[in-house]
Amino acid sequence: MRTIKTEDIILNVKEMCMEANYELSSDIKEKIISAKDKETSEIGKKILSQLDENMKIAKEEKIPICQDTGMAVVFVTMGQDVHIEGMGLTDAINEGIRQGYTEGFLRKSVVNCPIERINTKDNTPGIIHYDIVPGDSFIITLAPKGFGSENMSKIVMLKPADGIEGIKKVVIDAVREAGPNACPPVVVGVGIGGTFEKCALLSKKALTRNTDTHNEIPYIKDLEIELLEKINKLNIGPGGLGGYTTALAVNIETYPTHIAGMPVAVNMCCHVNRHISRSL
Amino acid sequence: MIEKYIEVPFDDEVVKNLKAGDYVYITGTVYTARDAAHKRMYEALQKGENLPIDVKNNCIYYLGPSPAREGQVIGSAGPTTSGRMDKYTPSLLDLGLKGMIGKGKRTPAVIDSMKKNCAVYFAAVGGAGALLSKCIKESEVIAYDDLGTEAIRKLKVEKLPVIVVIDCEGNNMYCIE
Repeated sequence: MRTIKTEDIILNVKEMCMEANYELSSDIKEKIISAKDKETSEIGKKILSQLDENMKIAKEEKIPICQDTGMAVVFVTMGQDVHIEGMGLTDAINEGIRQGYTEGFLRKSVVNCPIERINTKDNTPGIIHYDIVPGDSFIITLAPKGFGSENMSKIVMLKPADGIEGIKKVVIDAVREAGPNACPPVVVGVGIGGTFEKCALLSKKALTRNTDTHNEIPYIKDLEIELLEKINKLNIGPGGLGGYTTALAVNIETYPTHIAGMPVAVNMCCHVNRHISRSL
Repeated sequence: MIEKYIEVPFDDEVVKNLKAGDYVYITGTVYTARDAAHKRMYEALQKGENLPIDVKNNCIYYLGPSPAREGQVIGSAGPTTSGRMDKYTPSLLDLGLKGMIGKGKRTPAVIDSMKKNCAVYFAAVGGAGALLSKCIKESEVIAYDDLGTEAIRKLKVEKLPVIVVIDCEGNNMYCIE
């Protein structure tokens, strides 16, 4: 049995909220820089240069990369031999979010209720997912999610007969319909399989995977590569104003599903694909 | 790519000179308003009340900034998705609103109203809020303070870089394949 104090969890979540919003992971940074050379459109090149400069200013001056500093999505992978000491774990994570968004000068974008819509003024609550695993590890992944792209996401309950071609159509149509609204270049998170809610969760989790990696299943890796190529021929381009660089990556996660179903979820994310993990 | 420099507030003559695809640097006064402020303004108009800002010949920036640190004018300050304002936009255009800065598609109803009222729609680069904040020289909350980031702010901007996406003739950069 290993004991973890909630005061350590609060501190780590707070720091992660800030770090994730000031600096992107190196894979995304490098993809934007290399896209500048490949981009064929003049305005596209200019926009990619602005995104590059924006990342530098954000890091140096600790100004959020994007004003939409997101709703804090948190994935906790917790070993069953871990004992949490202090307050409730969920309360501790929310306290970390509260401190991070307040002390980090991050925007408070959460409203109390989808109908009443009163700002909670501290960006809580977060969206917290728990995974219980054997052992005594404790890993937190924080992924602040902006809603310009979140609003362009979708889930489709395909029939098994729709096959892999049906999956490709769902993903490509989602990117096409999102067009300029999702702030391209985008990262496309795709979930295939599971149930309705599992599929959506897979697509969100897919966004937290390093974009230099591929799914371990060979035919899913091939699908990631093929979809990225096809998406980058749509001529949506940076800012949706035409060009090659529509997506930086397509990340797919799969899960076993029912004999009658083939759910597909597409979670759109702009280039500000923030995610950061720590092991406590 | 044609580069142009304009000052806001502006009139029909300036708007007519802006064509879809132009790269424009905006200097002058713009007002921020996004979802909640638009809803409130729309409801005020429906009740026959006055708006807290005179939109005539002015430009609205669809923006909810992040908070400023000490010594900063404003935090991160990029555009939000314009389409969510579409329901409320024609009423403001009818009152003489000349320009909008945001990102993303607009409905045919908004584009028709832009043509009728001679107005222009600009896109700023989404996800470049730190960079764009450097063009904002003054910021003051002037209405709906209780809305936090969604309050209406009066901004002084200097050479804010934008692209004309939809011009007053309805030419639309997002529709060019």
